[in-house]
Amino acid sequence: MAMAALRREGRRILLSTPSPAAAMAARSPAVSQPEIAPHGARSISTQVVRNRMKSVKNIQKITKAMKMVAASKLRAVQIRTENSRGLWQPFTALLGDAPSVDVNKNVIVAITSDKGLCGGINSTSVKVSKALHKLTSAFMYSGPEKESKYVILGEKGKVQLIRDSRKSIEMTVSELQKNPINYTQTAVLADDILKNVEFDALRLVFNKFHSVISFKPTMTTILSPEVMEKETESGGKVGDLDSYEIEGGETKSEILQNLTEFQFSCVLYNAALENACSELGARMSAMDSSSRNAGDMLDRLTLTYNRTRQASITTELIEIISGASALEG
Amino acid sequence: MLRHAAHRLASRAAVAGRRALSTAGVPAQAAEDSAFVEAWKKVAPNIEAPKTPMTLMQPRPPTPAAIPTKLTINFVLPYKSEIANKEVDMVIVPATTGQMGVLPGHVSTIAELKPGVLSVHEGNDVTKYFVSSGFAFVHANSIADIVAVEAVPLDQIDPSLVQKGLTEFTAKLGSASTDLEKAEAQIGVDVHSALNAALTG
Repeated sequence: MAMAALRREGRRILLSTPSPAAAMAARSPAVSQPEIAPHGARSISTQVVRNRMKSVKNIQKITKAMKMVAASKLRAVQIRTENSRGLWQPFTALLGDAPSVDVNKNVIVAITSDKGLCGGINSTSVKVSKALHKLTSAFMYSGPEKESKYVILGEKGKVQLIRDSRKSIEMTVSELQKNPINYTQTAVLADDILKNVEFDALRLVFNKFHSVISFKPTMTTILSPEVMEKETESGGKVGDLDSYEIEGGETKSEILQNLTEFQFSCVLYNAALENACSELGARMSAMDSSSRNAGDMLDRLTLTYNRTRQASITTELIEIISGASALEG
Repeated sequence: MLRHAAHRLASRAAVAGRRALSTAGVPAQAAEDSAFVEAWKKVAPNIEAPKTPMTLMQPRPPTPAAIPTKLTINFVLPYKSEIANKEVDMVIVPATTGQMGVLPGHVSTIAELKPGVLSVHEGNDVTKYFVSSGFAFVHANSIADIVAVEAVPLDQIDPSLVQKGLTEFTAKLGSASTDLEKAEAQIGVDVHSALNAALTG
């Protein structure tokens, strides 16, 4: 947004400095505040352009610094993310994945960031969540009790979704990254969500970090224990869960309950880390293109500044010389 | 973009057909994705469908006909993958019903873990870890996944701190008033006595 404003200003500067031929006549009345030079001679002001140059240079410095901060934070989080990638694989190996499962109560958990200036990742997550909402509450799965609710983690997602889906938002959580993400915090958060939200299927939407320039929206589905039992009995796509023996005296439903909760907390931990990585990577590239744009703008402004300065010197010289030649007669 | 998705699905299915060892899982997985992708395209044709975990994971090998000689284990913690795809002879996990030994060809099982010692036997080496709770899955293809919240090698545990913790939590259990406090104190006592047993036993 800041960059768009700067670009507009830059264009205004360019428009107000047309071709040199027409410039002479047009410029003196067109540009604001004529400087009063000590001899009372009038010269064209370069103050405006100089102010713009100073502010653009500051913006360039700030965005460069933000990029370096994001890069250093990314290094640390990336290591932790890669270490946590093994965590969700056992669950998918055991329980399979059923993204097209047909249930009544869908809850879409969208992970977004709290801070802005991170490119388009939050908009992508929100777009995917909205499409999922339409998918699960409209047809493929139409029915009277089909409903879809949101649980939003992160301020940016809340701001975007609250505009048109305020009624479907069940719960929002912010300040996820105040302390570095660790498993205990996500376990408590997962517990909170599981306790307060009724669901048949939880769909977790986040941006998976593939590389510094590539983040793909990903969706993990977690079924509630009852739905899981139903799917295994109906021979659904959840694999042959029935063929597994349950160690210990617990019944299958108790184990499935514990399994669901554990799966959710593990998957949420990995998803939060991946999203944090994606956010930092997106911020790095956004700030990088900002500083490059600011550099380009600074070059253009420098040219304008020099032209203005030279034109004012030329004008002064012309006035002096024509005055002198008028005196000589 | 959608054509690419369809092309990718088709090529994946084709590859699955060609591979002799492809598991029943792979074509089913492609079909599963396509049901979701179809529905997605109807609702949101301009947005690419999100990826799902099955597409991001290596498919697991199928169940072999004969019992294999080695067990492949994956031992993961939230902050790292302690053991990944390692072939071992036996692993003993602390299930809620007691120490459970898993050998190659073990029947597929889901076991919930309690705080205790996990030992991995490879030839003559035995590596022992103290794990807090978690889950252990043994699959039919002799792959065992152990997911735990925390694990430490036994030599990093300080016995004096274990004793101190045990007395502290036993005192708390005695003086606990609400159910929540009692449950927390009981958990503390269980974990510390397991630690004690691990160090001495």
